[in-house]
Amino acid sequence: MTTAPLADRTTAVAARATELSKIYGQGETRVVALDRVSVDFRQAEFTAIMGPSGSGKSTLMHCVAGLDTFSSGSVRIGDTELGALKDKQLTRLRRDKIGFIFQAFNLLPTLNALENITLPMDIAGRKPDKEWLDTVIRMVGLADRLGHRPAQLSGGQQQRVAVARALASRPDIVFGDEPTGNLDSRSGAEVLGFLRNSVRELGQTVVMVTHDPVAAAYADRVVFLADGRIVDELYGPTADSVLDRMKRFDAKGRTS
Amino acid sequence: MFRTALRNVLAHKARLLMTVLAVMLGVAFVSGTLVFTNTLSAALQKQSAKGYDHVDVAVSPAWKEAEGDRVGETHRLTRELVDDAAAVPGAERAIGVVSGFTAIAGKDGKLIGDGFQSQGGNYWGDDDPRYPLAEGRAPKGEGEIIIDSETARRAGYEVGDTVRMSVDGPVLEPVITGVFTTDDGNVAAGGSLTLFDTATAQKLFGKPGVFDEIDVQAKAGVTETELRDQLEKALPKGAVDTVTGKQLADDQAEMIASSMSGLKQGLLVFAGISLFVGTFIIANTFTMLVAQRTKELALLRAVGASRRQVTRSVLIEALVVGTVAAVTGLLAGIGIGVGLRSLMGVLDAPVPDGPLIVSPGTVAAAFAVGILVTVLAAWLPGRRAARIPPVAAMSAVHAKATTKSLVLRNTLGALLSAAGVAVVLTATTMDGTDGQAPMGLGAVLLIIGVFVLTPLLSRPLIAAASPVLRLFGVSGKLARQNSVRNPRRTAATASALMIGLTLITGLTVTAGSLQQAIEKLAASSIKADYTVSMVNYNALSPDVEKTVKDTEGVVATSPMRNAVTRVDGETEYVTGVDGSTVSGLLDLPVRHGAFEVAGTRVVADETTAAYYGWKAGDTFTLAFEDGAKERLTLAGVYESNEMVRGILLDTAVLGPHDKDAADMQVLVKTADGTSDAVKDSLEKALGSNPGIAVQDRKDISDEIGQMFTIVLNMVYGLLAMAVIVAVLGVVNTLAMSVFERSQEIGMLRAVGLDRRGVKRMVRLESMVISLFGAVLGLGLGVFFGWAAGELIAPRMATYELVVPWDRMGLFLLLAAVVGVLAALWPARRAARLNMLQAIKAE
Repeated sequence: MTTAPLADRTTAVAARATELSKIYGQGETRVVALDRVSVDFRQAEFTAIMGPSGSGKSTLMHCVAGLDTFSSGSVRIGDTELGALKDKQLTRLRRDKIGFIFQAFNLLPTLNALENITLPMDIAGRKPDKEWLDTVIRMVGLADRLGHRPAQLSGGQQQRVAVARALASRPDIVFGDEPTGNLDSRSGAEVLGFLRNSVRELGQTVVMVTHDPVAAAYADRVVFLADGRIVDELYGPTADSVLDRMKRFDAKGRTS
Repeated sequence: MFRTALRNVLAHKARLLMTVLAVMLGVAFVSGTLVFTNTLSAALQKQSAKGYDHVDVAVSPAWKEAEGDRVGETHRLTRELVDDAAAVPGAERAIGVVSGFTAIAGKDGKLIGDGFQSQGGNYWGDDDPRYPLAEGRAPKGEGEIIIDSETARRAGYEVGDTVRMSVDGPVLEPVITGVFTTDDGNVAAGGSLTLFDTATAQKLFGKPGVFDEIDVQAKAGVTETELRDQLEKALPKGAVDTVTGKQLADDQAEMIASSMSGLKQGLLVFAGISLFVGTFIIANTFTMLVAQRTKELALLRAVGASRRQVTRSVLIEALVVGTVAAVTGLLAGIGIGVGLRSLMGVLDAPVPDGPLIVSPGTVAAAFAVGILVTVLAAWLPGRRAARIPPVAAMSAVHAKATTKSLVLRNTLGALLSAAGVAVVLTATTMDGTDGQAPMGLGAVLLIIGVFVLTPLLSRPLIAAASPVLRLFGVSGKLARQNSVRNPRRTAATASALMIGLTLITGLTVTAGSLQQAIEKLAASSIKADYTVSMVNYNALSPDVEKTVKDTEGVVATSPMRNAVTRVDGETEYVTGVDGSTVSGLLDLPVRHGAFEVAGTRVVADETTAAYYGWKAGDTFTLAFEDGAKERLTLAGVYESNEMVRGILLDTAVLGPHDKDAADMQVLVKTADGTSDAVKDSLEKALGSNPGIAVQDRKDISDEIGQMFTIVLNMVYGLLAMAVIVAVLGVVNTLAMSVFERSQEIGMLRAVGLDRRGVKRMVRLESMVISLFGAVLGLGLGVFFGWAAGELIAPRMATYELVVPWDRMGLFLLLAAVVGVLAALWPARRAARLNMLQAIKAE
């Protein structure tokens, strides 16, 4: 197993998982979804988590994002240890510190685009930062669609709304769960471009789960998971290098 | 197909639960009503049949029709006739029966029973077969009575005790010489029965030497019919009517059955309302189940199921649901029947013993109602299911229920509502009774119209609530938007509540207005400080007025004495009043002439004057009961009202011709107005009589108010069932909403809405729907209350619309509470939703 040297990166850590395990069931039905995973997500870095189905990549993201509980180990977002938090505090943490982009867009059909974008801040009862909001909206190119309801938007536009929603509240970290899974390749490329721009231009931290090497190539770094463990890491990926690594795991999986 | 349907029912157990409950409640209401009324009816019939055991033939006095100047009256059943009856060959024995009201006080001095069930009668000879003595001996003379064992037990009386009692005013304090057992229905129903010796009874009940009935028992081997024939021959023709005991029992049974069927129909109307409300829930549920299963149903179509088979599969599901609801409802109904029977016992109105009757008709009705209602309500959703094209199975996207345009629906609703309003408004201009049918029709049209329009109305009305909802932040905003997302479903849910509240509000408005009108009437037509009357409004002895007049502090009294007379060959009931005092005791607005009652000068109300074509100053001849005639002058005509009617005549003129003076009440004016002390001294002067009520105007209006309260509470109780069913509907709709929107709720949780926020969102949606239904119901209810008032007002001068704002505020508050309660379970479910599964679920 190759592990990248972490010490040489000077930037601060936005989220860190240490010895993180997630075990379902007991006895014969016991399934280890995450097996003592340790990983850092650094600020202003775009990380892709890859791996075959059942590798635990989504579970890892859910645990780090405070959406799911874990069995042992620790997860920190900034200075906050998640394991110690109750549901209410976790909810508040997600609201204030974390942004989400889901595969199925997950917009509220009754709200228009702008209302969907500001939803987390409305929940918190905070006024959005107007300037920042404008920047985000301009970046995703939705300025002329703000009054539309989700049903009046295309899939790509809906996901752009979701991206804007995730960025609008200036979270410490944005998590994406297969954000391009339901999009055609052109719309998908757009969305990934926005995510990369948010990292490059706005200094946003982004963690994205994907099974698509092309999507992963937009990231600064790719973390590979298999059988609940981190098996490899790749900096400055291209679609080919990612595909190449994945083929290797596949081959290993078959021969082992 | 049947298996698919059955599987579906089992798969959606939880979602069908509310539907089953709603239908079950309706069925339980219907079967409970049937079980209870059948049981009660059978028990009462058995009871009354027992009461005629000792009567083979009953001889009652015939009615002598009024003729010319002679008033109508009954023939007299004298002692001779009793002896004649006993002397016919087939008669074993003949008993002369006298009965009347007899109030008896408990040890606390208060009346036993409610006054309407306090009966008295005669004990025939030394050994009356009707009333076997359990203790002591038969009563002799005025100072002795015997009482029934049940009353003795309740009041704690024993042989030898002295009791306080009254028949028509004066207080008597006889000694109890015996206690008897009886099958008397009145006693079984919680009343009291006091017996005197025959002469005393006749004297006390104002029928000296006369009997009310002669009960004849046949000798062994003589049939009732034979005995009746013998009696008809032996007794004077035309003076008596004879009826066999069997006929009496049959007549009584028929009367019980018909009064029970009235009760039954009344209750079934309310059961029908709950069932009607229940259909909304059923339709909602099946609409949702069909929408959710679009893909599945399309697959069935794709693999070759016909449209009819798809519809049938939905209907079979409804059939299963209906059957389950019918069975559980029937069982619950039997439980209700049993419960009501014991409840009546607790409430001092015991039901006579008898078996619990669950007739085949009851079972059939339960099944018919439960299954028919469910299948009919599921019919439209079933049709809709059949219209799903097979290709829907292939489409990847979760097929949404097609939202058809509401244009047609709104047009229809507007037309129906307009027609309803027009018909109701037309009805209000009609004459009282003529207007009733059109008003009912208009009301039904309007309710249906508004129901059809509710989806349209939901938007503006719910938007009106948004300033309040905004206070609750995102939860409030989302709740408002969610509540108008499926306008049809919101409408059906709110309509169910609307129907209940329309009825409740309409009745409250009408009853409140009526109550005020009657109170005003009672207060406005009477100037007297107190009225004295028997607790059951029987006639008082004239002695009562004398006693009251001599009481310290009393300045004026007048009786209200009923007498029957003949005017122009017609029977006319007149009221005798004390001409010298009456103008200070009654306050009747005069239309023509003067309010002058003195000697031969009398007054009459407008209705009577108009009937005979009199004007003030006219004269007419009045024939008294004893045949004497008097030429009277109509001094004035007073406004018609509900409290005092007809001709008012001076007692000085009436008195000599009135055989048994019957004072319905005595009006009393005191020097110092009303006060506890005055009332106290009046009651004392009357010997703290258990049978007499001394009331001031406030007591009277309290009594009227109490009457209305009891009736209203009963109706509220019955309508509560419809409201409960509607609440189940709200629960159902919310549960559906939560289920359908689980993905959204999961997302909201993920982006930071905490559990409380989710709960609040569901709760607010529930309150919005409930309040929407309540506002519609209150609006319609007030409109109907007003319209009904327009029919009543012309017949009641003091009637005016009273809108009970406080009560309506209470209803709104209750609707909000109902909303919160209905949301308890769905909100909990929403808050507990597993975020990750919800987000993934598609």
